[in-house]
Amino acid sequence: MIQLTNVTYSYPRAETPALHDLSLQIPAGQFCAVIGANGAGKSTLCATLAGFVPHFYRGKLSGTAKVAGIDIAGSSLAELAGTVGLVFSNPFNQITGARFTVREEVAFGLENMGVPPAEMAPRIDEMLRFARLSEQADQSPYALSGGQQQRLAIASVLVMRPKVLVLDEPTSQLDPIGSREVFSVLRDLAATDEATVFLAEQKLEWVAAFADRVLVLHQGRLVADGPPAEILASPTLSQYGLEPTRYTQAARAALGAGFRPQHPDLPVTLEQAVEFFR
Amino acid sequence: MNLDVEEVSFTYPGGVEALRDVSLTIAAGEAVAIIGENGAGKTTLVKHLNGLLKPTHGRVTIGDWDTREHSVARMAARVGFVFQNPDDQIVEQTVGDEVAFGPRRLGRAAPDALADATAALEQVELAAESKTHPYDLTTPQRKLVTLASVLAMHTPVVIFDEPTMGQDARGVALIGRIIETLKAEQRTVIIITHDIDFCATHFERVVAMANGRVLADGPAGRVLARADLLATTNVEPPQLIRLAQALGLAAAPLSVDEFIRAWTRRNEPDRRA
Repeated sequence: MIQLTNVTYSYPRAETPALHDLSLQIPAGQFCAVIGANGAGKSTLCATLAGFVPHFYRGKLSGTAKVAGIDIAGSSLAELAGTVGLVFSNPFNQITGARFTVREEVAFGLENMGVPPAEMAPRIDEMLRFARLSEQADQSPYALSGGQQQRLAIASVLVMRPKVLVLDEPTSQLDPIGSREVFSVLRDLAATDEATVFLAEQKLEWVAAFADRVLVLHQGRLVADGPPAEILASPTLSQYGLEPTRYTQAARAALGAGFRPQHPDLPVTLEQAVEFFR
Repeated sequence: MNLDVEEVSFTYPGGVEALRDVSLTIAAGEAVAIIGENGAGKTTLVKHLNGLLKPTHGRVTIGDWDTREHSVARMAARVGFVFQNPDDQIVEQTVGDEVAFGPRRLGRAAPDALADATAALEQVELAAESKTHPYDLTTPQRKLVTLASVLAMHTPVVIFDEPTMGQDARGVALIGRIIETLKAEQRTVIIITHDIDFCATHFERVVAMANGRVLADGPAGRVLARADLLATTNVEPPQLIRLAQALGLAAAPLSVDEFIRAWTRRNEPDRRA
């Protein structure tokens, strides 16, 4: 569903590439997370998959990047919009400013896609419920709290049911259970609707618990790619400016103190940690 | 100086009741984390502590100052405030001027303000960027600039609204070190955070809020272990407490060391058996 072949990208006037020779394939229905220190290229990769690189940011893109068989560089943002949805980390960048109410904001994308009004209403209601914004449906998007705006931004993209959903730190402003809810919805979306979900995230606990696959970016290069249990427990993680979950840290401390567990694999989630320490 | 919030209620113009009868005393030198769901009233509460908002009912005093009787500019000498969004705060053309702006507003002579700014920029590891335009930095770096601006003012009270948001592991560790330094200097540190693991690591007292009210207020190990109560405000206990609870340990460990101690204690009888 996502196919990158030798993709290198430099922002205008940048001396070094933000993405360096990336090649990867992500099938339909996979929930893939990209992690890395700030400046590693996570946001740039998200922007590339949605076509903002190179169509909005310009700069120099080489190699081939395709989503759902569509060549990103060879298509316009409008052509890509029906296939790829992008959720920004800052909801202020997402809200159109062209609509007066939360309900109209969610409707915006559907109107642009030409969805008949009779079909729109139930889809919008469903999304407002999912985003826990039904009570705010008639308020201005700007009257919402930061967390509510972030849920609105996600709902406005999800309502279009894109084949590929790209999210750049979508829970940065959400409370913990709000974040968990968003992650579980994304996992269901990938598992049941065969959507490809690609997300950049700092909070490794969520990545460990929900993603099928983890990519590690470091200085624009792909340095690790595999299942969460393997990638997040790797001793190389700290070299890339990442801190393992407390579960992994506690397990390492226990091993250091001489503990010999029944299951030797280092845990990355709560469930695995319970097995490890049992 | 103590911070006193006495039976404070606050209603925004337009009718949203954001605080309902909140009472809270924070003693000089305390480190307090305020947690709770989006919209719980956390930011509204801390904006009362520097006089940005005045209570609709009740009273807020910072030392001997009632916030209703002092301007925000004056309050800035006592309470430093780092906003959630750095772009709400930045006014100057270079990072160095931005950080010196606060101490200059407090009336410090230019060379002293510059020295304060330089020291604060070193603390946030951005000394090399003092001539840079703030908007040429990334958002997480700009947040560190606003943090330095507040550090440079040497206020007895500092408030950070979501300081770790958008920071990577290195940035989170840096902010953790800054908070530990402020605590060692006996300054009062108050943060709002959704990062419960960060909260457990650095804060001795936790205030949980929901619907404009204080839901719980006490030692971190006690408040953060109350999973059912925290769930009502969309918060989960930190990872190590959840693990301890899942393993049936009685302890509420706030660090890896505390967890290992509690877990070892439980295992000892098994080994002897």
